[in-house]
Amino acid sequence: MALIDEHVNEAVLKNLDRKENFTLFGLTVPYLFLIFFLIIIPVGWLFYMSFIGRDGSYSFENYERMVTQKSYIRIFLTTFKISFLTTLICALLGYPLTYFMSQLSRKWAGICMIGVLIPFWTSLLVRTYAWLVLLQRKGLINNIAIDLGFISEPIKFVHNTSGTLIGMAHIMLPFLILPLYANMRAIDKDCLKAAANLGATPTRAFWTVFFPLSIPGLLAGLLIVFVICLGFYVTPAVLGGGKIIMAAMKISSNIELYFSWGAASALGVVLLVVTMLILYIASKLVSIDQIGGNK
Amino acid sequence: MQSNALNISINDVTKTYGDFYALKDVSLEVKSGEFLTLLGPSGSGKTTLLMVLAGFTRPDYGSVKFGNEEVVTKPPHLRDIGMVFQNYALFPHMNVEQNIGYPQKLRGKSKSEVKESVAEALSIVKLDGLGHRGVAELSGGQKQRVALARAIVFKPQILLMDEPLSALDKKLREEMQIELRQLHDSLTMTTVYVTHDQKEALTMSDRIAVINDGELKQLGSPNEIYTNPNNAFIADFIGESSLLPAKVISNKTYLGASEIMISHPSKDDGDYLLVIRPEKLFLANGKEKDTNLFSGIVEGSIFQGESQLLVIKLDPGSFGEQSLRMRLPNGSNIGQKVPISGEKISVGLRKSDSFLVE
Amino acid sequence: MSFLNRNVSETQIRLKDRLWLYIFSILVLFLLIVPSLVVIPMSFSGSQYLEFPPKSFSLRWYEAYFFSSSDNGMGFNDWMGATWTSIKVAVLTIFVATPIGTMAAYGLSNSSARVRGILFPIMISPMAVPIILVAIGLFYFFVQFKMVNSITGLVLGHSLVAMPLVLIIVLSALRNYDMNQEKVARSLGASRLRAFFEITLPQIKFSIISACLISFLTSFDEVIISLFVSGGDNSTITRAMFLALRDQIDPTIAAISTVLIIISSGLLLLTQLFGDKKD
Repeated sequence: MALIDEHVNEAVLKNLDRKENFTLFGLTVPYLFLIFFLIIIPVGWLFYMSFIGRDGSYSFENYERMVTQKSYIRIFLTTFKISFLTTLICALLGYPLTYFMSQLSRKWAGICMIGVLIPFWTSLLVRTYAWLVLLQRKGLINNIAIDLGFISEPIKFVHNTSGTLIGMAHIMLPFLILPLYANMRAIDKDCLKAAANLGATPTRAFWTVFFPLSIPGLLAGLLIVFVICLGFYVTPAVLGGGKIIMAAMKISSNIELYFSWGAASALGVVLLVVTMLILYIASKLVSIDQIGGNK
Repeated sequence: MQSNALNISINDVTKTYGDFYALKDVSLEVKSGEFLTLLGPSGSGKTTLLMVLAGFTRPDYGSVKFGNEEVVTKPPHLRDIGMVFQNYALFPHMNVEQNIGYPQKLRGKSKSEVKESVAEALSIVKLDGLGHRGVAELSGGQKQRVALARAIVFKPQILLMDEPLSALDKKLREEMQIELRQLHDSLTMTTVYVTHDQKEALTMSDRIAVINDGELKQLGSPNEIYTNPNNAFIADFIGESSLLPAKVISNKTYLGASEIMISHPSKDDGDYLLVIRPEKLFLANGKEKDTNLFSGIVEGSIFQGESQLLVIKLDPGSFGEQSLRMRLPNGSNIGQKVPISGEKISVGLRKSDSFLVE
Repeated sequence: MSFLNRNVSETQIRLKDRLWLYIFSILVLFLLIVPSLVVIPMSFSGSQYLEFPPKSFSLRWYEAYFFSSSDNGMGFNDWMGATWTSIKVAVLTIFVATPIGTMAAYGLSNSSARVRGILFPIMISPMAVPIILVAIGLFYFFVQFKMVNSITGLVLGHSLVAMPLVLIIVLSALRNYDMNQEKVARSLGASRLRAFFEITLPQIKFSIISACLISFLTSFDEVIISLFVSGGDNSTITRAMFLALRDQIDPTIAAISTVLIIISSGLLLLTQLFGDKKD
């Protein structure tokens, strides 16, 4: 009797299970719907366009151009160079600051955190504009430097690499600090005490205990910064003054000026693949929550 | 135990997660008005079974009946059961009164009815006058009582509790055990209680269902389970037994080289375990009747407050290489010298307390 | 100077050994905050040029912002019109991104780990795909449906960027929330929907408010998607500013920037206030 019962029952219960899972999944459907139509289809289409040549047939000419034309090679080099240098500057400025913050009491760290969050949530354009104002020929920085007698002639900070780097580093610094701070806060202070107890000098305890434990957070921060830099558009466009051309700007001008969808798409696909590759490596190194968890 | 509360019939309930059986063909009858405890180590399936009763876990197949009504397909909110969770799960955005009144509000009761029933529930759990407290202002024990009041305020016929006392300290826990039991007796309901604490189960229950590996291992009164465990797992899990390998050869039972007496009819030839409850052992003078005598050397003698624990290494020549634990109550053995480490000793175990499990 | 010998950490580091770190950190913090703030005094300058400190004081750039005419020849409507477009789009983005993101977060947090593992990376993909690609992809897509330069297109584009932030915020709120409370409510007789609205929602409401504010800011500050899919009468303030910046340094932008800084800081302050109440 039990046997007959359980068979009837099994189907009914399975059905109810399916219904519940379906309802829960249903809650994510509007989200997935938007992702599908506004990311997957458009990006898929770009992918397709990148294989369409100027005459409308399938071809690799858009990709060939990237390896044969000097201007494209230069764009890739610029993009990587700017991204790398920005990341490096962020690490050099951000790591000590974050370490300092992680050692403070919660209250003081919170106050410092506001200092990190204010620029984070200030419009990118405003910050770019502010640097434009500060760094121009008759800007604040040149004026102060001349007044103090460091220089006699204004230095050209803006509309070149240095201006772009300064602006981008300022904008990206919070992206490094936030994941790194979360990581450093989670480091068990008892580890350091134990190291001291075992006879390590503070410096040694830092390099042998604290620093290795902070590497996941640092790595997460560095990779986020680097990846975002690769796709940067606004800041180099304004502070680079047309002399710094990064991949995103080339994509944009290909479309806006030349209506050359194929060339833009191919560049976009390369940018996307590189980004995804780096994020994939990052996700192997640190949990995905840590990467996305802080903006 | 006369009551009109609903009985619960569980039939062939099975729940798998992939290849893992959380519950394997569990069938169990909880009598009307009974206090039944599901006892087992963590991961045994006891909580899964409780969640099946509550409706939060849907079994692969099987039947759950409250009274004569099949409820296995019913969603939790229509089952009309009271439930207390391990961490109380009080609603922090409501005060005590609102917490307790919530199920009544859900049942569309009028304001005055809600108020009345909340006051009654508060007095049942001895928290009169604390209705306006915030949840955060309560002590652990008080939180526990509020959670309980919330679960019984609508007079459910079935109350489910998932390790409700595990977060309390030992003294409070022991007080609450007795109080919970009294509460159960004063209300008309069938209670299913989950715990991993065997002492708690022995103290509170009418019957205990021991669960392990997703299977019901034994069902019986606390006394039956304690004195008559039907397998080695239960003998080991409940109480602190010594389990000594024994052999049965043509109706005779041997421990090492010595023949011993057992309380029950002899088993088939094979390997068994002799269960020895430490408190059943006594210091022997050699004149007892129907008693197994074990000789050995005291390896450890440890003062533990109300009792003295002895670890005895048995005479290898007669009993093989094994040791057993013995508990002497402190205070009742006046005039007797407490054996010390290294001393030769002979202890007795009555035939009626000697039994084998597989 | 005995305070320099004070211990500043549990590992007995003295203040003077750490002094460089303190000074360096305060300097970096200064560099983080101050540059954005210089635009505030500049916006009150009376001069055509951007001098610092301003030699004269006036409100002319605020006048230019609030009362600009629409024939500025820069391909967008007047500053105020652009500001209103931005506000409208940002508010609508809240109403699209927050409910959709919250629903998805609830669904995801109650799904099996396997489902979560597959869906989560897809759901945060707008954060991973370079925004320029999203922008040109949307541009292409909206051209097909005649949605370029429309408010709808902008709202959809901005929601796409805001949704992952909502998802992450609400997911983390749900992770800190004890789901047993919802179970208790259900065992006490509440349907799942009712349990969510009466028990779960009141306890994650501060995170949801944060999510709303962040959706607003994300949309309000967004530049690149706006550049591609907005235009004409539906230009956003960011698009207008970017176009103006590329061509000249108009001090009006200092006035606009000041207003934007006040809006962002105000909203940030609100999220911090609500964030603190969470635990």
